[in-house]
Amino acid sequence: MDAIILQILNGLDKGSAYALIALGLTLIFGTLGVVNFAHGALFMIGAFCAVTLSRILTLSHTIIDETQKDFLGNPLKVDVPYVHDIFGVSAGNAIIDWAVPLSVLFAIPIMILVGVIMERGLIKHFYKRPHADQILVTFGLAIVLQEVIKYFYGANPIPTPAPEAFKGSLDFGAIIGFDPNIIIYPYWRIIYFAFAAVIIGGVFAFLQFTTFGMVVRAGMADRETVGLLGINIDRRFTIMFGIAAAVAGLAGVMYTPINSPNYHMGMDFLVLSFVVVVVGGMGSLPGAVLAGFLLGVLESFASMREVIDIIPGINQVIIYLVAIIILLTRPRGLMGRKGVMEE
Amino acid sequence: MFNLEKSDLTLLIAVAVLTLFAPFILNPFPADSAMAQFNAGYPDLMQRFVIFGIFAIGFNILFGLTGYLSFGHAAFLGVGSYAAVWMFKLLSMNVIPAIILSVIVAGLFSLLIGFISLRRSGIYFSILTLAFAQMMFALAYSVLTPITGGETGLQLALDDPRIFGQSQTPEGNIPVPGLFGLEMRDSFDLAIGSWVFTFNIGYYFCALVLIASFYLAIRIFRSPFGMMLRAVKSNQQRMNYTGLNTRPYTLAAFVISGMYAGLAGGLMASMDPLAGAERMQWTASGEVVLMTILGGAGTLIGPVLGAGFIKYFENIFSKINATILHEWFAFLPDGLEDFIVAILYPFIGKGWHLTLGILFMMVVIFLPGGLVEGGQRIAAWIKGRKAGKTTAGGKTEPAE
Amino acid sequence: MGILEVKNVGKRFGGLQALSDVNLSVKENSVHAIIGPNGAGKSTLLNCLVGKLIPDTGSVMFDGQSVLGRAPYEINQMGISRVFQTPEIFGDLTVMENMLIPCFAKRDGAFELNAIRSISEQKDVLEKAEQMLVEMNMADKRHMHAAAMSRGDKRRLEIGMCLSQEPRLLLLDEPTAGMARADTNNTIDLLKQISEERDITIAIIEHDMHVVFSLANRITVLAQGTPLVEDDPENIRGNPKVREAYLGESA
Repeated sequence: MDAIILQILNGLDKGSAYALIALGLTLIFGTLGVVNFAHGALFMIGAFCAVTLSRILTLSHTIIDETQKDFLGNPLKVDVPYVHDIFGVSAGNAIIDWAVPLSVLFAIPIMILVGVIMERGLIKHFYKRPHADQILVTFGLAIVLQEVIKYFYGANPIPTPAPEAFKGSLDFGAIIGFDPNIIIYPYWRIIYFAFAAVIIGGVFAFLQFTTFGMVVRAGMADRETVGLLGINIDRRFTIMFGIAAAVAGLAGVMYTPINSPNYHMGMDFLVLSFVVVVVGGMGSLPGAVLAGFLLGVLESFASMREVIDIIPGINQVIIYLVAIIILLTRPRGLMGRKGVMEE
Repeated sequence: MFNLEKSDLTLLIAVAVLTLFAPFILNPFPADSAMAQFNAGYPDLMQRFVIFGIFAIGFNILFGLTGYLSFGHAAFLGVGSYAAVWMFKLLSMNVIPAIILSVIVAGLFSLLIGFISLRRSGIYFSILTLAFAQMMFALAYSVLTPITGGETGLQLALDDPRIFGQSQTPEGNIPVPGLFGLEMRDSFDLAIGSWVFTFNIGYYFCALVLIASFYLAIRIFRSPFGMMLRAVKSNQQRMNYTGLNTRPYTLAAFVISGMYAGLAGGLMASMDPLAGAERMQWTASGEVVLMTILGGAGTLIGPVLGAGFIKYFENIFSKINATILHEWFAFLPDGLEDFIVAILYPFIGKGWHLTLGILFMMVVIFLPGGLVEGGQRIAAWIKGRKAGKTTAGGKTEPAE
Repeated sequence: MGILEVKNVGKRFGGLQALSDVNLSVKENSVHAIIGPNGAGKSTLLNCLVGKLIPDTGSVMFDGQSVLGRAPYEINQMGISRVFQTPEIFGDLTVMENMLIPCFAKRDGAFELNAIRSISEQKDVLEKAEQMLVEMNMADKRHMHAAAMSRGDKRRLEIGMCLSQEPRLLLLDEPTAGMARADTNNTIDLLKQISEERDITIAIIEHDMHVVFSLANRITVLAQGTPLVEDDPENIRGNPKVREAYLGESA
């Protein structure tokens, strides 16, 4: 029992990331009808927003501190971050420590901008082209984006820690009545899950309760009719692309303390997220979220020692295996609609 | 000759001449000149040209004709490589049985994967093939290590129980792959003046296989079967209501292209007897998609051009570094020189993938028909200019 | 006993009874029209005949054999060819290739790995396709991309493709929908000629009464998923029930 709870918890953070990326993919697919292979790159760019902000915050100038001596007896050169000058030492340190959560604010405008530029500059021209062309051009874009990031940030993962306050783990087992130290769960992962839940809830609420969301949902159901009503659906769809980009980016920002970002993290997640979307049902938002969590948890179960002992290697392939089975038995995925993407 | 139409025969002869004279064509610069770095006439690179050419020709039979975009074809290439290396380990160092087994094994895998994946079409098909390939990659990398060599890859060893032939050479080395006594790695250099041309047995073996593969592709393209595959791409509904079962057609195309990939994998292992899981990764599948598109999907020569183009520039671009750039632009004033070098630097050396990605986008955006379409457009333009001179305002023929 | 016998066919989509208790007998070498107001179930019935839909109840027999549960390509190989409302042709292929494909399907069946011998070596099929092109009066267009043709030509090509298979039953789904008057008349003439010159049965679903009364020698009127009346054209014209079904809808 405790092992099961532990695996469910372990699966939640990865599942959250899958769900967030898949949600954005589905939004783009549902609204614009575009298969976006560059969506993983947006996740990665988000993560590098966090890296960038923490670098900006630690930008320093060197001063000579007369009060301290180095081992040769000369006055010590000290790097002082500019934030110390602006906010004072303790506040400055706190800001640096909180770089990742602060990056959320930093990333939102950047990601929306990136998304809008992508849609207006490239994707827009591909609405009428075959899906294969969309896949190919966004695949090329993904390569370009990841190589640009690699050029500026190098090929190695860049550790980006969570704030001091969230380091350590919660003894979850003790809370729900198990022995201590059996089910321990890092604080940051709890935060990630909660964050993902808030974002997902936010997107759904936005689509459900605003006029904008209503038009977009109508557009997802029947684009032509809404267009005929004289509503400028295209502009709304551009905004939707920006939002989808922001969702992927935020997923990336908050994921940095769990996995140090590197330039190919986008591709790694993209393949799986696509599988998630297809399992959930192309074009179904709840399906994407459900499948994201489901596959995240399944993957974590498959990584249990007991399971691997029975079926070696199952942890490596479980997601693909499930995808294959689902696609063959339920061709439209868990919650897919009829006729989506079927030529 | 060979029962080909005249234009196809010309194409076949062109490919044959290009591949057979590649050691000359690809080495236009004297060995000690500054331009020698643009020479591509060394065996290792030439082998890659033709092997990836074969891979792309096969991929094009599926993607170019039927429009089914597989994102998992590298898996068949990987499987072919493993099969060939196992043949070297267990049977003999002769490349023929190794390559035959590569093709058969790849064919069986593609039959199974194709049978399942082709139940769906469109993006679902792409995702299914991707899922299968990633699964095979993950398994080859981890659990199947006894068969695949895991992370280090599958290599020959000094104690391989080879049925025909010895485990070690008299000198205590691992024997090398060969063809009835001809060793694949053997080369002979021809020096003419300050030019050096290398003729490699392995390369010529691959080149002959490429020519044969290309010939077979022409036959398939011109056959009723090839026409049916194009009909699948054009209108499946009409196919079904014309009494044709599309499933076996697409499956046959899938298996044929999988066997081509296996052939490429077997050749790869024959040139250098090792096989690694990274050959199966989805980025490798993406590469062959790229070659096909870049050259011109659905055309005969396109994939060969695309493969050659990408492999050539990969090699050249990766070799250029900042020092070389500075040498090139040394004639410019210092500030301008540094500026231009700084701009170009991200695209060369390790930045080759960036160049490739941009190129890829450009092709899909501006030239969906690839290099072949580009060539036709230029030809039509020249023709149009000529025609324009004689009859002003003459209409230009649209490129076919 | 007709060549096509539909018995007690019913089909339900969720809460909608699209077809109920449909009985229909198409006599050999007749031109049989199925007419009815919008939503009468004409398309559903057609889809049940060609294997796209499987009816919930009843039977569909073609020449003494059941077509139910067979895939569209199998039904076509039995001798039923279908012409679609909007012409379904191979737009990316040339006109000649469009004609070759049904000829190969006729000769080689549903699948044949005919991958080595080139098309130009297979003279029997080439000649047949050529002859059909001439009959359809489009030999001069043979190298044209089919998608580039006019709608009337596409329709003509599609009918030619179906005929080249020498079907025993030709099904037409509103073949003149969306056509200009001239194209409509051409199509009517073509179909008339076909039914007179060939040993073929034609079943046609049609909205346009002009087309129906110019072609059909037997008419079934479908209303609300069930046959209202089946009779000769003269009797249909004056039948009050038919008027009611049509006027009731438009009023």
